[in-house]
Amino acid sequence: MRYPFPVGAADFIQGDEAIARAAILAGCRFYAGYPITPASEIFEAMSLYMPLVDGVSIQMEDEIGSIAAVIGASWAGAKAMTATSGPGFSLMMENLGYAVMTETPLVLVNVQRSGPSTGQPTLAAQGDVMQAIWGTHGDHSLIVLTPATVQEAFDMTIRAFNLAEKYRTPVILLTDAEVGHMRERVYAPNPDELELVYRKLPVNEEEAKYPFGDVHGDLVPPMPIFGKGYRTYVTGLTHDERGRPKTVEAEVHEKLIKRIVAKIENNKKDIVDYETYELDDAEIVLISFGIVARSAMRAVKELRKEGIKAGLLKLNVVWPFDFELIEKIAENAERMYVAEMNLGQLYHLVKEGANGKAEVGLISRIGGEVHTPGEIVERIKNDLR
Amino acid sequence: MAKQIYTKYEMARYLRKEALPTALCPGCGGGTVLNAFANAIDQLKIDPRDLVVVSGIGCSAWIASPYFLADTLHTTHGRAIAFATGVKVGLPDKKVVVISGDGDLAGIGGNHLIHAARRNIDITVILVNNFIYGMTGGQVAPTTPFGAITTTTPYRNIEHPLKIAETVASAGASYVARWTTFHVYQLIESIKKALNVKGFSLVEVISQCPVQFGRRNRMKTPAEMLRWFSKNSIPISKAKNMSPEELEGKIVIGEFVNKEKPEFTEELNKLIDEVAQYYSLGGEDAD
Repeated sequence: MRYPFPVGAADFIQGDEAIARAAILAGCRFYAGYPITPASEIFEAMSLYMPLVDGVSIQMEDEIGSIAAVIGASWAGAKAMTATSGPGFSLMMENLGYAVMTETPLVLVNVQRSGPSTGQPTLAAQGDVMQAIWGTHGDHSLIVLTPATVQEAFDMTIRAFNLAEKYRTPVILLTDAEVGHMRERVYAPNPDELELVYRKLPVNEEEAKYPFGDVHGDLVPPMPIFGKGYRTYVTGLTHDERGRPKTVEAEVHEKLIKRIVAKIENNKKDIVDYETYELDDAEIVLISFGIVARSAMRAVKELRKEGIKAGLLKLNVVWPFDFELIEKIAENAERMYVAEMNLGQLYHLVKEGANGKAEVGLISRIGGEVHTPGEIVERIKNDLR
Repeated sequence: MAKQIYTKYEMARYLRKEALPTALCPGCGGGTVLNAFANAIDQLKIDPRDLVVVSGIGCSAWIASPYFLADTLHTTHGRAIAFATGVKVGLPDKKVVVISGDGDLAGIGGNHLIHAARRNIDITVILVNNFIYGMTGGQVAPTTPFGAITTTTPYRNIEHPLKIAETVASAGASYVARWTTFHVYQLIESIKKALNVKGFSLVEVISQCPVQFGRRNRMKTPAEMLRWFSKNSIPISKAKNMSPEELEGKIVIGEFVNKEKPEFTEELNKLIDEVAQYYSLGGEDAD
């Protein structure tokens, strides 16, 4: 297999482009999309590259259709992805829930722009954190990854596919217009350097009878994909282990939903990912994710220079959320700050995690511009005064 | 007793027996559509393992799933054709069929219907048009006749119905036909043709809902509704010479389109081959 872009080498590319290339390296061979700023470059790259790797990229009539086609293609056996931004993300919410309910592996990229509504189409924001986690209706769990650099956008796209396949779940890559449109140096590994995960398929007819049963005791059922003669029944209705609708039986619903949630939450240790900087002796702990984490990192360096013991916790995964980790950090901190490009979303999760062990402040910025390190430093120094 | 019926009914081998008896109301046209579809599959000797049946939400969506024994994808409201698009692109060698209702496919999902026809993707859509939102209790649909009584137009419907077959024909489908549940043999023949046509095919089936539509519109029994279908149906050959006024309230039946046209997944794969060859990427001997 040859790739239509450099592999085993570095290149200087946009975040959106990096996401497209990484998806192809991860084995994605189906993409369906609808044009939207600032995610269109992913779609354009996919349209250019896919036919060259025996893959397909198609334009649907809207974002509802895009994610629907992606789910259909996933059941046809393909690793599949779509990408969008705020307005399209809102349109995808119903079918995202369908993917959760039917345990369909897929990757959904949200290159966040400033909302609500049409908002500031070309400018970055982090206003969709809660929507990514809780936007679809009903009890559920899924996985949300948050890259801060173009390299991370690349690496996390591959990880998103691996997690989607491993846990048979939709995974959201929650990035933003800054990372999406920024150009940085990205190293794309050789395909043989990559560890790729593929969904479990049933090994025999018996296993295939239970497309939604915990047949291996790991909470993740093997997936009897279409076209293999299994005659699988897939529905968004509450269903039993065989996939048959059971819409009024409380115990069937409870068993299904609790398993779907548990397969994510019980594997938190495997899924959660974060980085720390100068955290060991930190009295002031900054918590951030995505593009803002880079300003926060610089702010920590500035604060340290001025003799303030600051540290950073950079979250690479915002769901599942490691509440225990936050509490542990809170125990040793005097004050915690969440810096994010919204009016306070991750902030609420951190506050719950801190459990009163440390005061939690919000350093908020909206309007499409990322916090400057100076703003963060000033705010903290002001509070300490 | 139920078991006896299923052993005597030859088409039962195409059904998920554990899901029977169906949840459809007595007198519903859904059973006729299911029977016609099973007969078409049987006559064409299509192995149900080579079939993926996709549906949306509503009474007619249940015809496909859970009842039909194939790979079945019971999706969200209105989106069956979009899901089916992904399935067909992923499995171009399988027959992909969408069976769902008028509200689902032509109301909330109308956009997907038009664009799938325009794309001419090889999906067969059996659209069961019963003029009403049945499952939710008989609300007005985009297909409800002008003046009809429904639970959300209790005084009368002041909107005009969408002509689904005509719309899909002009959107570019390869095959379009309309029949009613009264015209069962013609319906089976049309479903067979639709399944064999390379391209987007639509078979619109006018179907009776005596419970939610008929009884509020002076047709209490299924028989009365079928009689109405029979009396009001005009073959398309005859309809061509009639004025719009004469056709008001009539059901035009027959084949609207049957033509060869480039099909989407074939074009897609042709393009992939062309591009791969031009750039000499991919292929067996590429490293």
